[in-house]
Amino acid sequence: MIHCVLHDPNDSVAVVVVEGVKAGMTLTGLILDEDRTLNLPCVQDIPLGHKVALKDMATGDTVIKYGIDIGKVVAPIARGQHAHVHNIKTKRW
Amino acid sequence: MQKTFWGYRRENGRVGVRNHVIILPVDDLANAACEAVAHNIKGTMAIPHPYGRLQFGADLDLHFRTLIGTGSNPNVAAVVVIGIEEQWTQKVVDGIAATGKPVVGFGIELHGDHDTIMRASKAAKEFLQAASEKHRVECPLSELWVSTKCGESDTTSGCGANPTVGDAFDKLYAAGCTLVFGETTELTGGEQIVAARCRDDKVRADFMRMFDRYQDLINRHKTSDLSDSQPTKGNIAGGLTTIEEKALGNIQKIGKKCIVDGVIDKGEVPGGPGLWFMDSSSAAAEMVTLCAASGYVVHFFPTGQGNVIGNPILPVIKISANPRTVRTMSEHIDVDTSGLLQRQMTMDEAGDKLLEMMFRTANGRFTSTEALGHREFVLTRLYESA
Repeated sequence: MIHCVLHDPNDSVAVVVVEGVKAGMTLTGLILDEDRTLNLPCVQDIPLGHKVALKDMATGDTVIKYGIDIGKVVAPIARGQHAHVHNIKTKRW
Repeated sequence: MQKTFWGYRRENGRVGVRNHVIILPVDDLANAACEAVAHNIKGTMAIPHPYGRLQFGADLDLHFRTLIGTGSNPNVAAVVVIGIEEQWTQKVVDGIAATGKPVVGFGIELHGDHDTIMRASKAAKEFLQAASEKHRVECPLSELWVSTKCGESDTTSGCGANPTVGDAFDKLYAAGCTLVFGETTELTGGEQIVAARCRDDKVRADFMRMFDRYQDLINRHKTSDLSDSQPTKGNIAGGLTTIEEKALGNIQKIGKKCIVDGVIDKGEVPGGPGLWFMDSSSAAAEMVTLCAASGYVVHFFPTGQGNVIGNPILPVIKISANPRTVRTMSEHIDVDTSGLLQRQMTMDEAGDKLLEMMFRTANGRFTSTEALGHREFVLTRLYESA
């Protein structure tokens, strides 16, 4: 089963694509642009559609998805944690 | 891929895939009469809306352009127009009459609702019976005009449903179809990607002018960073975090090969085949209403969390790759591409699956939105009435 997908191998987050992803699971991630998989430890429960961090990120870091800047880190994020509005914010507007 | 579809060839040469007789109000005051006529004459359709009084300038121009475009759409066989008075009613009638299709108008003043409804019903009955004798003819695929706009997006939209539209758009572009996308503010963070896809420097400059104008509008009126509105609460619940992330998902709809051949303003008719950008709101019903006014006849609507929108004129084909949405809202989804996210389907297969449904829809199959009666018709307003 594919648990999460990412677009570009350099992305810092992946999208959870199944229900029931829980802390402690090892996730299989599909890299869409390369059609290969990677494994990732999950350390928080993450709902379908929400993002899991692929690497540790510090406040002020840029978050990369689709190989492109999608915003800035506003609270530290560890690999395997839930990455969303509580720790990422837009750089626009 | 099939090379032809079965459509209705209209008086001006354009091809529609539906055969509607519509009862079109010029203004809010005419809604009741229009609905009464549609009630009297079974098979006609009233399209009520809340506007049309004391608008002025560019906002009034857009109002007329949208109503005339709606009536002129090749999915419409004939139009009965009703307004409170005759002059603006006649303006809409004249605009639609330029296509050569049957159209007649009625002003309510000096007659009242009863007399207007009676005369308009008689005209509607004649139009309907004439339309019912129109037959579909085989038409080349290049004559199909297809629009796209996504809604209630989530992260699965960017990985699954939107790239499915993109793959289909790449194939339709190569076939010589006329295509459109829009949603100006929802390109924020990906505008340079769209700019790089523009045909030449002039198109690029036109696109960036529209993009920058909308950013100025946001900056002038915003009371926060717009995170309460863009992404929407539904987007955030679905996992989208920032406007940039939403935009990069949105842009997947224009595929990998299409070139942006030109830009149009709201409800304008594109000047030839290719992919057009329309400066438009990202609100679903507003954008799809404008696509119909521009002359598009089939709409691709990818969704993540499950937007239920339809349109009275356009068959709206819903695509989702969210496995929970296709399970819990199955009656709204026409094309399920959730297999993309489990490596059970390639992007080429997903695009072909959508195109197969497009041909079936163009040939007459009702979409989920049509079967469920979703006819959201929402006029875009630019500013206050006088």
